[in-house]
Order: sequence, then structure tokens, then C-alpha cells
Amino acid sequence: MDLIDGMATLLSRYDVLAAFWMTVKLTFVAAIGSLLIGTIVAILRVAPVGVLQAFGTVYVHAIRNTPLTLIVFFCAFGFMNTMGWSIASPESPTSIADNNFWFGVIGLSIYHAAFVAEALRSGINTVPTGQAEAARAIGLSFMPALANVILPQAFRGAIAPLGTTLIALTKNTTVLATIGVAELSYIMSGMLEFNISLLFAIFVLIALAFVILTLPMGFFFTWLSRRLVVAR
Amino acid sequence: MSDSPKVAADDCATHAGERPPLVRLTDVNKHFGELHVLQDINLTVGLGEVVVVIGPSGSGKSTLCRTINRLETIDSGEITIDGVKLPEEGKALAELRADVGMVFQSFNLFAHKSIVDNVTLGPIKVRRQPSSKARAHAMELLERVGVASQAEKYPAQLSGGQQQRVAIARALAMDPKVMLFDEPTSALDPEMVNEVLDVMVDLAKQGMTMVVVTHEMGFARKAGDRVVFMADGQLVEQADPETFFDHPQSNRAKDFLGKILSH
Repeated sequence: MDLIDGMATLLSRYDVLAAFWMTVKLTFVAAIGSLLIGTIVAILRVAPVGVLQAFGTVYVHAIRNTPLTLIVFFCAFGFMNTMGWSIASPESPTSIADNNFWFGVIGLSIYHAAFVAEALRSGINTVPTGQAEAARAIGLSFMPALANVILPQAFRGAIAPLGTTLIALTKNTTVLATIGVAELSYIMSGMLEFNISLLFAIFVLIALAFVILTLPMGFFFTWLSRRLVVAR
Repeated sequence: MSDSPKVAADDCATHAGERPPLVRLTDVNKHFGELHVLQDINLTVGLGEVVVVIGPSGSGKSTLCRTINRLETIDSGEITIDGVKLPEEGKALAELRADVGMVFQSFNLFAHKSIVDNVTLGPIKVRRQPSSKARAHAMELLERVGVASQAEKYPAQLSGGQQQRVAIARALAMDPKVMLFDEPTSALDPEMVNEVLDVMVDLAKQGMTMVVVTHEMGFARKAGDRVVFMADGQLVEQADPETFFDHPQSNRAKDFLGKILSH
């Protein structure tokens, strides 16, 4: 009962919902960003031009083997602070928070795009070569064949690993606490500092918030991958 | 009485002489690593002609068929279709492939698309036809190959014979100048072979130019204008079906026919 009371106290003192919503927004926007970049990188990796393939390969290996924190720091402190780049309007009263949000999202997207690209490439590998040959044989060139025949099947084959990547992305949004984005782990560090008696409640509350997000994601993607499986 | 490919090449010229040439392979060579899979192939396919390519496994007949729309590249030589040299890549190659229908051993229907969408994809995306027109034409073709009632199903729901007939309809939807068949019945259960061959015989009767790689000697006799016999990457012998089956010239062909026709 202490635990429940403790969590109720925390909910009344802190705007947990706003932090939760921030985590959801970060996840959603970065998921779209990483899906777009990741798809482009995956296309580069299967492109019939050597230079493009090399670029895709270097991207995946360089980004996948770099800590997310480094990438986020580089975006936030490098681009935003040092280079003085700005995405939010400077007149806006929330311009600092907005810039943090967007540079954070860019860092998350760049990082997870490498994993999306790999998931998608494994999806492309599940598509039999005969599909590509048949597409070429009716006169589709590289991009139309990819868009109409290969990628629709590749995405279906890649749903499970894409789901895993999305769950990782959701949890990795916590890295943005380091650049001051007020998401769940950011609010958690604030709670920990001033509520010694509620340590356990703080942990359970924030952990629950993540589980509420990621557990259904896992179930949804498992269901989706069964639903959309390509019968051969 | 010669196995020399030189003689075969000369034969080829006389056979195709009666028809305007549509597909012409000149001194085509190809290697798979050490293996010289196509050796100085010279072959001309006339307009409306049905050329049946037979030969033992690994003789290069499938490879030959696939070079004609450049699913296989060649090391040297020249292939022309309707007088136009095969482009090496890019848009020009895609445009040429649109004019060359191909039917594969393993059907290769687009697994995520319904039967009718399989047939309309090319006409819509490549020929830029309005979808209503493409669909109407697709239904006509599906009717013609006898699978119109399956139009809304997915490939995996159809039998092999039905899938292969859809694959033929898909190729025909592009209004090809020539149709290539790469062992179209080899992956089928025996009872489904004839339904596919019937469609092909009809197509041949309607004057379609066809290159057919097959082990179906019955089809070769019934619908073939010319039989081309390949062995070890060489075009060993060619003749009209009667002559070839009843009086094979080369020892390789005699040996091959002896093995397959003895049952």
C-alpha cells in the first residue's frame, strides 16, 4: 500500500503525464524519422551502384557502432550550441526547449535509422530473387521494382525486427534527459533528488510508464507480423 | 553428321530465312567462373516462329533464354531484338524488357498482390495505362488462360498450373513482341502440365513468336517450328521437329533422345 500511496503522491506533485506525453512524442516523431532515413539507407545498400552501396554500408556500420549519447551530444551541443543552428523560431518563448526536442529527435532518428536499415535489409533478403527478376522482366526499372514489388514484401518480412527497434527507440528516448528534454527519465532524476522516502515508488512509477508503452508495442508487432505474412 | 557449332550456325541462317528475323544472337559467349556456359551461340528467331530449345541439364539452355532479356549478361557477342541491340542497363533496358514476355520455371507471381493486380502491374506502371483499361484487359487475358474466376485470390491460394497460366497472362498483358519460356512446366505436378501446355499451344497457333526451353517433347512436336538442341554450352543441332526427332544428326542428340524416348 505504501507503494501505491507513494506513487499517488508523486503523481500529485509532478506532472508525470506531461513527461509521459513528451516520451510518446519523441518516440513517435523519431520513429517516423528513423523509418524514412532507414528506408533510404536500406535502398542505398541494395542499389546497383557501388558508390551508393558503400555509402549505405558505411552509414550503418559507423552509426550502429557509435553510442547514442555521442550522437545526441553532437547534434545538441555541436550543431545547436557550437554551430548556432536553430530549428525552432527564436522568438518563441519555448524556443530552447523546442530546439532541444528537435535536435534530440534528429539524433534519435539518425541512430535508429541504422537499425531500421538493417531490419529492412534482412526483410529484403526474405524476398526470393525470382520476385525481382519477374519485376524486371515486365519492364520495371530499379526504383519502381523496389517500390511495387520488393519493399512491400520486405516490410512485411521485417515487421518483427522493426518492432524490436521501435521498443529500443522508446527506451532510448531517455538519453535525451542529458540535453534537458523533459521526458520521463528527466522528471525521474528530479524526483529522486527530493524524495528520499519514495525511491522505490519513483522507480516503479517511471518503469511502469515505459512498460505501458512498450509491452503493447511488442504484442502489436507480433500480431501484425502474423497478420501481414506473405504466403508463398 | 557433325557436332560442330559452325555447321549449326549455318543451318540457322537457312531456317530463319523464310521469316523476318526478330531475335538475333551473334557469337554470344558467357562464362560462369571457369564454366564456359554459352559458346559462340548463333541463333535467329523469325517473326511468329516457335523455337523449342532442348538439351540435357546444365547445357546452358536456360541461360541462353535468360540472356535474351538480359536477366543474364553476356561476355561477348551481340543480341538484337527487332533490329535493336540490347541496351546494357537503365531505362532503355527496362523499356526493351517490357516488349519481351518472360515465363519462369517457378512462376514468380508477385506474392503480395492479387492475381488481377499481378497482371495489371506492368500495364499500369510501365505502359501508363489507366487502371480501368488495364483491369479489363487483364480480365480478358485471365479468361483466355482459364483462371478468371480466381482473379481476386492471391498466388499462394492457386495451384501450380493456375499460377503458371496467370504468369503467362501477366507476360501477355504487356503485348510482348516475343515470349520467352524458361522450363515453364518443370516445377509442375504431372497432372497440371497439360493445362499450361494447352495455353502455350494456343499462343503458338495465334502466331506469337516464342522461345521455349522445355523437356516436353510432345509440345516441341506439336507446336514447334524448329527444335534447337544444346549440349555443353554449344548449339549442337537444329531442325524442324519431325526431322530432329526422327533423324537426329549428331551423336549427342541421338544419345540424348535415346535416353529420354526409350520409355
